[in-house]
Amino acid sequence: MSRIGVFVCHCGENISATVDVAKVADDSSRLPGVVHSVDYKYMCSDPGQTLVKEAIKEHNLTGVVVAACSPRMHEPTFRKACATAGLNPYLSEMANVREHCSWVHDKGEQTTQKAFDVVRAMISKVSNNGALEPIKVPVTKRALVVGGGVAGIQAALDIANCGHQVILVERSPSIGGHMAQLSETFPTLDCSQCILTPRMVEVAQHPNITLYTYSEIESVDGFIGNFKVKIRKRARNLDEDLCTGCGLCTTKCPQKKIPSEFEQGLGFRPAIYTPFPQAVPNKPVIDHDNCTYYKSGKCKVCEIVCPTKAIRFEQEDTILDVEIGAIVLATGFDIKRSDFFPEYGKGKYKDVIDGLQFERLASASGPTQGMIRRPSDGQIPKKIVFIACAGSRDPAKGIEYCSKICCMYTAKHAMLYKHKVHDGEAHVFYMDIRAGGKMYEEFVRRAIVEDHVNYTRGRVSTIYELDGKLIVKGADTLLGAQAVEIEADMVVLATAGIANDGSEELAQKMHVSYDEHKFFAEAHPKLKPVETNTGGIFLAGACQTTRDIPDSVSMASGAAVKVAALFSSDLLTREPIVARVNRIPGPSHSTCVGCFMCQPVCPYQAIEREEIKDRAGNVIKSLARINEGLCQGCGTCVALCRSKSIDLLGYTDNQMHSEVLSVLEEAFV
Amino acid sequence: MEQFEPKLVAFVCNWCTYAGADLTGTSRIKYATNVRIIRFPCTGRIDFMLISKAFANGADGVIVSGCHPNDCHYTSGNFHARRRWMSFNAMLTFMGIDPERIIFSWVSAAEGAKWADIVNQSVEKIRKIGPFTEYQKLVQSGIEEENFNG
Repeated sequence: MSRIGVFVCHCGENISATVDVAKVADDSSRLPGVVHSVDYKYMCSDPGQTLVKEAIKEHNLTGVVVAACSPRMHEPTFRKACATAGLNPYLSEMANVREHCSWVHDKGEQTTQKAFDVVRAMISKVSNNGALEPIKVPVTKRALVVGGGVAGIQAALDIANCGHQVILVERSPSIGGHMAQLSETFPTLDCSQCILTPRMVEVAQHPNITLYTYSEIESVDGFIGNFKVKIRKRARNLDEDLCTGCGLCTTKCPQKKIPSEFEQGLGFRPAIYTPFPQAVPNKPVIDHDNCTYYKSGKCKVCEIVCPTKAIRFEQEDTILDVEIGAIVLATGFDIKRSDFFPEYGKGKYKDVIDGLQFERLASASGPTQGMIRRPSDGQIPKKIVFIACAGSRDPAKGIEYCSKICCMYTAKHAMLYKHKVHDGEAHVFYMDIRAGGKMYEEFVRRAIVEDHVNYTRGRVSTIYELDGKLIVKGADTLLGAQAVEIEADMVVLATAGIANDGSEELAQKMHVSYDEHKFFAEAHPKLKPVETNTGGIFLAGACQTTRDIPDSVSMASGAAVKVAALFSSDLLTREPIVARVNRIPGPSHSTCVGCFMCQPVCPYQAIEREEIKDRAGNVIKSLARINEGLCQGCGTCVALCRSKSIDLLGYTDNQMHSEVLSVLEEAFV
Repeated sequence: MEQFEPKLVAFVCNWCTYAGADLTGTSRIKYATNVRIIRFPCTGRIDFMLISKAFANGADGVIVSGCHPNDCHYTSGNFHARRRWMSFNAMLTFMGIDPERIIFSWVSAAEGAKWADIVNQSVEKIRKIGPFTEYQKLVQSGIEEENFNG
């Protein structure tokens, strides 16, 4: 027989003003199983908690019901109090008589009745509660960082500096990401590569970091603290130990006119290449689609010239199996290209370029050595139009959101142009200037005031080519939507930032959720911005939404701390609210019939197949088994199970049924 | 004649609607006292057997509410609840329960006012439909047992 204690809180007057708390306590004391029932002014206060603790000892309680505020508020408080007094914390329940009763109803008999009904229901529930023990899972103290842009680099370095092993996986031949492509960075105009490349080198040389570039995630299994990851290391077609990165092969390769991805198509690269001179690792890869040898079986110039004989044409992809405790996703973003915009020429005007292309033009290491030149004829443009919000904030284009970084980089572009072409004219069309951030607004001001960039509020409806000029037609909405026409030499579109290519597939491999724009979804928009809904997987940088360098770096450090916290103990403790398949003693005895209807409904792939074999090794029965490390306790499998073989600890069928039946026992007045 | 006071049981998920109802409280928005809230981790956990039992044991109406589609704390539990609801809905008429007695809705943790509206509207709706007596009739005719709990 259960021995339950009921503790009714006044919450000052928050509850007692509308609920007759003494009556609730008194009525409760007469319920079966209740051996102790009191009311008190502040149950959550120190003396209030002492009241609970002493009653547990004095009356040898087997269950506690605290009728007070929402369990979302104080459930942990009272569970802790119970634990201190030697009662299993999961043998306590809270009846919400404040948020759900005293605060939403007027004083009266019906409000007191409701409070009593709720308390009675919780008494019934708690009589069916079982003692639960927190689940302990071992942790593999090795982190995986996916993506080697600035966010991935920062996360990897931070985790490695905490003394943990890190595997950094990057899809392209070098780490660095978009930041390596940038010319100068706002709002300080310091050179992007100058601040990034030392970090890249640090990653390569860090004793705790293993770097796999030109590699991708093949599959992810397991759960927090215990992931099993397969990494596909694509064939670089060279022996990386022998290659010294001298670059002779890249200069001798006969294929020289392949548009360079790093230069955004504005420059060329050979078929065996490193994406850029400061690449980390500084070892080339062979592009099979454009290599003469792979196309015709002849050439092998690189093999002939290589001083260390490092080229391996027959090399194949290798699959690496690694055990990982936590994962940081830092896969970054991409931008829409100019061919996305029919009104701006759909990519057919060579001098209508996107922001990343402008970065390469402005970069001292870019295809024009930092001279701003038109891609079409190499002339220095005397008039450039910058269009902010190309695609962003445009529901008609399916991109309702603000890409956040474009206002700032457009101001930077216009500024860089004016610094390089003193007699040039820079025009910016914008919808609003969103320059929130330290020194950001001042930066835009500087572009307008000191560098004389012409800002026009309004949108550009069309661009067309006429006699070697680009005619930009727009409106000035501050002058009553007056038509504006500019004959420009070049147009730069601040195109919308979008989720990176392949992010949907990666999210599905990782079992993390993503939003309608394929950006990865955080667990809570405010309080859990770096966590995902999947335990042990964290987010850093622009894979969650487009963000600038400082934001990406701080997010990466945030994610790194989460990983470090996870790695701070050898065992992971979890709430024992998990589903369980019934197991009557004896291995083959379970009411589970092995239909596995529960498997597809589980959002966490937590349901495994267990095979019961006889002595001869024949399978006599298959049944479902819940992996407690993966299960998050939603209970969807419980409601679905046809043979009622799964139950959810903390919300068992017995608990829920008794709660429902009990709450209806009396009339609602 | 005295006004009929219906008994409603609300089956809600912990993360959205329960928190939304907490917000109704913190915002001090008043609503009818005729509802008793039962907390589940997720609408996906709500076994519709529980709803049948609620009706057999004196409920006149039931509210089921969870996170909005795509907002589920557990990614997809509310979708399973919705799908199960579609089939359960078809069975209700067969069981002799007016499907109108069950109100299915989504209330997020930010929609305190919406929760109050839903309760008030549901109470009014059930008050119009009247008390649920069909099960008691079966009990009286000896077909079903009192306090169905099996």
